[in-house]
Amino acid sequence: MSASMTTANTEAGLGTIQARSGAALNPARIAIRNLEFFYGANKALKGINLDLPDRQVTGMIGPSGCGKSTLLRILNRMYSLYPGQRATGEVLLDGKNILDSDVDMNALRSRIGMVFQKPTPFPMTIYENIAFGIRLHERLSKSQMDERIEWALTRAAIWGEVKDRLNSSAMGLSGGQQQRLCIARTIAVRPEVILLDEPTSALDPISTLKIEELIDELKQDFTIAIVTHNMQQAARCADQVAFFYLGELIEVAPAEEMFTAPKQKKTQEYITGRFG
Amino acid sequence: MQTEAPEQQSEHIVRSYEEQLKRLREMVARMGGLAERQVADAATALIRRDTELATEVVGRDGEIDALETEIENFCVRLLALRQPMAADLRLIVAAMKVSTDIERIGDYARNAAKRAIVVSQQPQLGSLNGFQWMAKLVQENLKDAIDALVREDAAAAERVWGADAPVDDIYNGIFREMLTHMMEDPRNITAATHLLFIAKNFERIGDHATNIAEIVHYAVLGHALPEDRPKSDASAYTVVRPPV
Repeated sequence: MSASMTTANTEAGLGTIQARSGAALNPARIAIRNLEFFYGANKALKGINLDLPDRQVTGMIGPSGCGKSTLLRILNRMYSLYPGQRATGEVLLDGKNILDSDVDMNALRSRIGMVFQKPTPFPMTIYENIAFGIRLHERLSKSQMDERIEWALTRAAIWGEVKDRLNSSAMGLSGGQQQRLCIARTIAVRPEVILLDEPTSALDPISTLKIEELIDELKQDFTIAIVTHNMQQAARCADQVAFFYLGELIEVAPAEEMFTAPKQKKTQEYITGRFG
Repeated sequence: MQTEAPEQQSEHIVRSYEEQLKRLREMVARMGGLAERQVADAATALIRRDTELATEVVGRDGEIDALETEIENFCVRLLALRQPMAADLRLIVAAMKVSTDIERIGDYARNAAKRAIVVSQQPQLGSLNGFQWMAKLVQENLKDAIDALVREDAAAAERVWGADAPVDDIYNGIFREMLTHMMEDPRNITAATHLLFIAKNFERIGDHATNIAEIVHYAVLGHALPEDRPKSDASAYTVVRPPV
């Protein structure tokens, strides 16, 4: 195993954490280097070094307020919408630092899509929910658009359930369907990276499993980062798991190692339910 | 890369879960204790030619078997209901595996006791000091391995794992001695053969104790001991020449 596969918090004195065995991780699609993040004077992330392996799933876990959602919000520059929030360090996507001021936000967000905790369908038809995002980035003919929408809905494993009602309101869908619609909307613009912020916390167990199955499907084409409070979900979905605590990356390892033999005491305590 | 042993783990947030894990450790400790006693009593029965004690050992094996089933069911329940992770997961899996080893140790002790009954009806073949020693060593190793699990002491587990060589040495000695007895007088063959099997039983018990030590080491630290354990059982190559 190469030492470059996973690194964490060299600054915090924890040293380079190497992946130990088994699960091979792909080369990084996104490389986060010495990332720090500030809400005003408050430092929310400290010296984060993390690779998101290409076309694999990185699960981010940690107690509330540990910085995992903040990290997700940095990856598509969501924080730029708010004054007083700033990030230092590098987030390299294909070698380009997406934190640079010359980055085109619209283009960036079409490359890095995001799905939120609560389904956020727009109050319009199912068809328009998908078409809306595509129109922001591309001009497609009616037939091309139809084709793209069918593709996105199929990839999001919801096509069969909505194909006969594309023109009815998205608000009439169940929670699980709405969430898959949102995933369809995200992948419709054909991003490279998909960020999922607690995508199943508002869903029933069966809808949750459908989303997890979907994540497993989608990682053939997309690099995925998922923030979850559900440890079993991280164990089921993720190839690599990162544990955050108080704004620091404590440990990152392939999922099977993280959940059978974590190296750090804090990780051990958190995933076995001894603090948090 | 050595990991710091999370030996003094803090308490689980869910107290009933903590108590169940504690109960599991106690069950394994109880099972181990029963097996230790079986090994000791089997050896005593052999050395004192005490058929009554040997019969008791044979009769008590059922208790160990019952505990194995109980531990297994309890572990399956914990796995299903608690979805354990990391050290908890390793402990539960270890308890299941260790209980299988202890069950097998119980079988060996019972078999040794059965044969001790036959041996007691045969003429005495020299001193049985080797058997006494061997039983004492494997019993200690078994005790230390189980204690290591209960106290989450990886270093102690590693010591047990490396401490089987003297058992093998005694076994080799007994092997040669029994072959010699058989060559001296064919009337010794019945007793000597049973004694050989008894020695083999004790030797296997020692191997299971080191198995347990390996499992405990993994359960505590999360990484395995090396493949090659110090061994010195050479009986497979032993030849005793007939007297000229």
